[in-house]
Amino acid sequence: MIRLTDIYKIYSDGDSEIRALDGISLHVEKGEFVAIVGSSGSGKSTCMNIIGCLDVPTSGTYQLDGIDVSTMHEKELAHVRNQRLGFVFQQYNLIPKLNVIENVELPLLYRGVPSAERRKMALEALDRVGIADRAKKLPTQLSGGQQQRVSIARALAGQPPVILADEPTGALDSKTGREVLEFMKQLHREGNTIVLITHDNSIAEEIPRVVRIHDGIITSDTRKEAEA
Amino acid sequence: MNLQQSFRLALKSLGASKLRSFLTMLGIIIGVAAVIIIVSLMSSLTNYVISTFEDMGANLITVSISGRGGNRSVSPEEMQELALDNPDIIGYISPSLSVPATAKVGNTNVTLQATGVNEYYDEIKQQTLQAGRSLFFTDINERSKNCVIGTYLVKELFDGQNPLEQTLSVNGVAFTVVGVLEETANSSSFGSDNALLIPYTTAKQIGRGNISTYSVSAATKDTIDAANDLLERFLLGKFDSDDYFTLIDQAAIIEELNKLIGMMTTMLVGIAAVSLLVGGIGVMNIMLVSVTERTREIGIRKSLGATPWDILGQFLVEACVTSGIGGIIGIGLGIGGASIAANLIGIPFTLSVPSILVAFSVSAAIGIGFGYFPARKASRLNPIDALRYE
Ligand SMILES: Nc1ncnc2c1ncn2[C@@H]1O[C@H](COP(=O)(O)OP(=O)(O)OP(=O)(O)O)[C@@H](O)[C@H]1O
Ligand SMILES: [Mg+2]
Repeated sequence: MIRLTDIYKIYSDGDSEIRALDGISLHVEKGEFVAIVGSSGSGKSTCMNIIGCLDVPTSGTYQLDGIDVSTMHEKELAHVRNQRLGFVFQQYNLIPKLNVIENVELPLLYRGVPSAERRKMALEALDRVGIADRAKKLPTQLSGGQQQRVSIARALAGQPPVILADEPTGALDSKTGREVLEFMKQLHREGNTIVLITHDNSIAEEIPRVVRIHDGIITSDTRKEAEA
Repeated sequence: MNLQQSFRLALKSLGASKLRSFLTMLGIIIGVAAVIIIVSLMSSLTNYVISTFEDMGANLITVSISGRGGNRSVSPEEMQELALDNPDIIGYISPSLSVPATAKVGNTNVTLQATGVNEYYDEIKQQTLQAGRSLFFTDINERSKNCVIGTYLVKELFDGQNPLEQTLSVNGVAFTVVGVLEETANSSSFGSDNALLIPYTTAKQIGRGNISTYSVSAATKDTIDAANDLLERFLLGKFDSDDYFTLIDQAAIIEELNKLIGMMTTMLVGIAAVSLLVGGIGVMNIMLVSVTERTREIGIRKSLGATPWDILGQFLVEACVTSGIGGIIGIGLGIGGASIAANLIGIPFTLSVPSILVAFSVSAAIGIGFGYFPARKASRLNPIDALRYE
């Protein structure tokens, strides 16, 4: 499903250069649930942004569903993001002046789904995360946990095969964080491919496959066989 | 994303910051309104001036004689003879002897220029009477103390009452009003309603001046040039040099006026165009600010699958909606303002349709033109940089 081969991401400002990713190869199968763990500045987000087609690697190839994404230009990448990927960000990234349902409809809007169907799909997604009753509220009128659910609903609305979550629990207290994690697990059981970044080892422990990154290099990649 | 959605989105985002959107539109509103007001007023003015001059007799040629030495004038009889000898070219000739006068009825008086004329004057000036009669040959011949007055004097001296057969004193001499000229300019003191016509023979006695001005009408519109040539040859024969007389024909005046008004219009439209341009730069400025402010929003939209074209379209539509709404408001204000101004000035209002079309297309073009650069900037943002923007 996701196949990164020898990915480098090098930021150079003037004479110094930062090797955010220093040769990463990673293969994620369809239906896997992968946690990326590492200390701050280790390159987790950089890796995730490349997987999410938000950023392009300095070198290396990236295949998504067998298609080489690294050579695509912006318009094609936009379609890939729109149809294959769902993002959940640490800071929710909802558009403040749009209400909850409008936010959830956005990916469908850019996909060209007609308005009535869009509304229906968005409501279904909101229902799945359990806040369909807040559909007409503005994001600022919701708690952090609720906003994160909205952003999950937005990621789910277009039913993309891959869900990418960059520290989705980072801004939440441990109880709401746990709820979000449970939800991710449920999505995994339903067959979604999920890549999740976390700092939190107790969360990482519950995820079947854990990839550790340090200074832009993968230091370990462990799979748990026992799973509920 | 289709166009209808883009429009709804644009309206929404404009509605989210109403004051700013309004200020942005203000530049466009003022620019468009200014263009329409100026062009409409100028074309109203042009139409008015031309029709006034045509009312005064389109075939009219005014002869002014300054003369020299003992030979300062040409007699009315000589002029009359010229007219009679050339009936195909010249229609009528009348002296036009201006006499500074104080017209008085009871205790009310009005200071004006009385004009000494002959019986053809009305015909030359294409004036009609609304009451009474014109001056007759016998009035001229007998130096009668009869006069024809304009409606301004009726209003000022007779309180709008019927002045016929009433007495009016001109510089202390009693005259009888025999006719009233048709109103042409709202009975205002400017223009042809402020008129006091008396026989030139009588005027000569009162004013003791030479007849230095004649009003001549060409036989038809087509003989204006011929009449001009004829008068020129005749007067050159009298004075040797054209330094001593001037011929002004109405067509030339209208042409000159048209040129003058045209120049003024161009200048004013230029000024208005600059204000429209400034308005456009305002739109661009706000759009740039809005792009910067909404960098993060752009990043979010891109992460959700908005193509560069989607983003470009969103901002372009926003700019177009801003300047389109501004343009429509400007057109409304422009038409309203121009008609009120025309009313205040007292000229009939002529709406300039081309100016509306031009002003609107310009404001739409400004939306596209000045909105394009900020929109393109937004569409080219790298999604991850935009997302990280604080
Ligand atoms: N735009 C950039 N320009 C320069 N350096 C950058 C840029 N983005 C990231 N980096 C650097 O790349 C390295 C990896 O950053 P990244 O955001 O991937 O870390 P992270 O593992 O997600 O950390 P955290 O857990 O704090 O989110 C860091 O050293 C960072 O300073
Ligand atoms: Mg990070």
